[in-house]
Amino acid sequence: MFWNEKTETLKKRDLETIQLKRLKKTIAQVQNVDFYRKKCKDAGIIPGSIKTLEDIRRIPFTRKQDLRDGYPFGFFAVPLSKVIRIHTTSGTTGKPTVVGYTKKDLDTWAELIARNLTMVGLQEGDIFQNMVNYGMFTGGLGFHYGAEKIGLTVIPSATGNTKRQIEMIQDFGVTAIHCTPSYAMHLAEVAEEMATDLPTLKTGLFGAEPWSDSMRRELEKKLGVTAYDSYGISELFGPGVAFECQERNGLHIWHDCYLVEIIDPATGEVVGDGERGELVVTPLAKEAMPLLRYRTGDITMKLEDECLCGRSQKIGRITGRSDDMLVIRGINVFPSQIEHVLLRIPEVGNQFMVYVDRINHLDEMTIDVEINRSFFSGELQDLARIQKKVVKELRDALEIRTTVRLVEPGTLPRFEGKAKRVIDRRGES
Amino acid sequence: MTETDRYVIKQISIFSENRPGRLAAIAKALTEENINILAFSIAEADGFGVVRALVDKPKKAYEKLTGIGFNVAFTDVIAVKMRDSPGGLYEIAKMLANVQINIEYSYAYTGKEGGVLILRVDDAEQAVRLITSLGATLLESRVFQ
Repeated sequence: MFWNEKTETLKKRDLETIQLKRLKKTIAQVQNVDFYRKKCKDAGIIPGSIKTLEDIRRIPFTRKQDLRDGYPFGFFAVPLSKVIRIHTTSGTTGKPTVVGYTKKDLDTWAELIARNLTMVGLQEGDIFQNMVNYGMFTGGLGFHYGAEKIGLTVIPSATGNTKRQIEMIQDFGVTAIHCTPSYAMHLAEVAEEMATDLPTLKTGLFGAEPWSDSMRRELEKKLGVTAYDSYGISELFGPGVAFECQERNGLHIWHDCYLVEIIDPATGEVVGDGERGELVVTPLAKEAMPLLRYRTGDITMKLEDECLCGRSQKIGRITGRSDDMLVIRGINVFPSQIEHVLLRIPEVGNQFMVYVDRINHLDEMTIDVEINRSFFSGELQDLARIQKKVVKELRDALEIRTTVRLVEPGTLPRFEGKAKRVIDRRGES
Repeated sequence: MTETDRYVIKQISIFSENRPGRLAAIAKALTEENINILAFSIAEADGFGVVRALVDKPKKAYEKLTGIGFNVAFTDVIAVKMRDSPGGLYEIAKMLANVQINIEYSYAYTGKEGGVLILRVDDAEQAVRLITSLGATLLESRVFQ
């Protein structure tokens, strides 16, 4: 099902024509922002000098810190009186980032959410419970207006009081929910404790934090839903930037609204399709807060295969943050890659710690991993075999040799908030 | 009770990281449960090891150690009596060689019963049959447990 079939299935050439037109418009729009006026001037760029989409590579990146430095309204390209809504991102360090929306921005955003919801099969008649924060977080209102736009019956339940959430799902016959994957897991557990089930549910939309395929299987089993991954960040409106279709094999990013580059976070060079790197986005349809080459910090790749659903090129599900990237003997390694390898090996747990040292001028990576209780046979040789297996699987996936230490179950640190699994000691003498 | 059951002893095998204090933690736990260690050895590999012990109350030891987070497994071993004088080990080892019993690992102690050789073999049932048929003495598991 399509919300806007013509736009969603544009041929590459037609899409590029629209992208170039909108890029030129965006370059003109950012001239209202001091930060960009200076950047463009330094790079010798005027709206008329952009001839192809590749010309964008002459413009320097915009980073999260730049937006923080502009607090509160330094990145607004329209008068404040034309900004009809403000959201902020949670500032874990320092000031939050402020994002603003014109009336047209809110329409565009709702249109993208409408595409996503229709893409996963939701339509008039579905009852949609939106279980995310409705305040400054973009997930609440963002989904809300998109869901109303396509005529869903929307329950703005927001967060908290899980028992009441479960009662509403049952009493109102809710067919689709939106929340974080971790809250979905909590919801499933509370339903289990209440010895009740949620027979009307069929669709689960989960986002705002990375989640694995094994978590998908578990959520689908526990909640009886088909689970879809939702990607978005406030700087690019919020949720709705990219979404899984019914194939559930990668995220469709809306190329008419977002110009996508994937770069090597260490060098800033653009990488090829199928190569992992940091997602850099130039929004093409933002009025209040246009951005150029915004570094999202999220790690993904452009997928090479066309999608059966007929929509345009997908990106891979987000597998980590570029801030977490390590360069080991010249090779980029993401902790999330290690996690994915460990998830495939039942003999060890999923917790791990990474230590990086420089020994005789060479980078050495050591990974501590817990032995899985039920796989301990009592025999030393079986442990040695497991250790070798982990080393081999890591080498196959990361293309580097690592040292693996087996540690006792339950001894590695567990993280409640943001995990700090990497200790880089190369700077120490 | 079969011959195998009579002679097969439950050794506890404990996974341990190779760092100071792990053995003390194991020994302390066994002390608290008033469990006596009759024989024991440590096998070490790259960064970790397995502590192997024969104790008088293996089930209780398993529960206690597991309860405080250790990864513990039971391993079947047998105990052969040895003469406690020069040539004692040779007699037993020669016998095992003659009947082609392969030893995975082994450790020994001398106590009230004389010398005792603890053996971990591929096939405990076959080893019990061969060793008893050759006239050597296996210690019954109830001697320990």
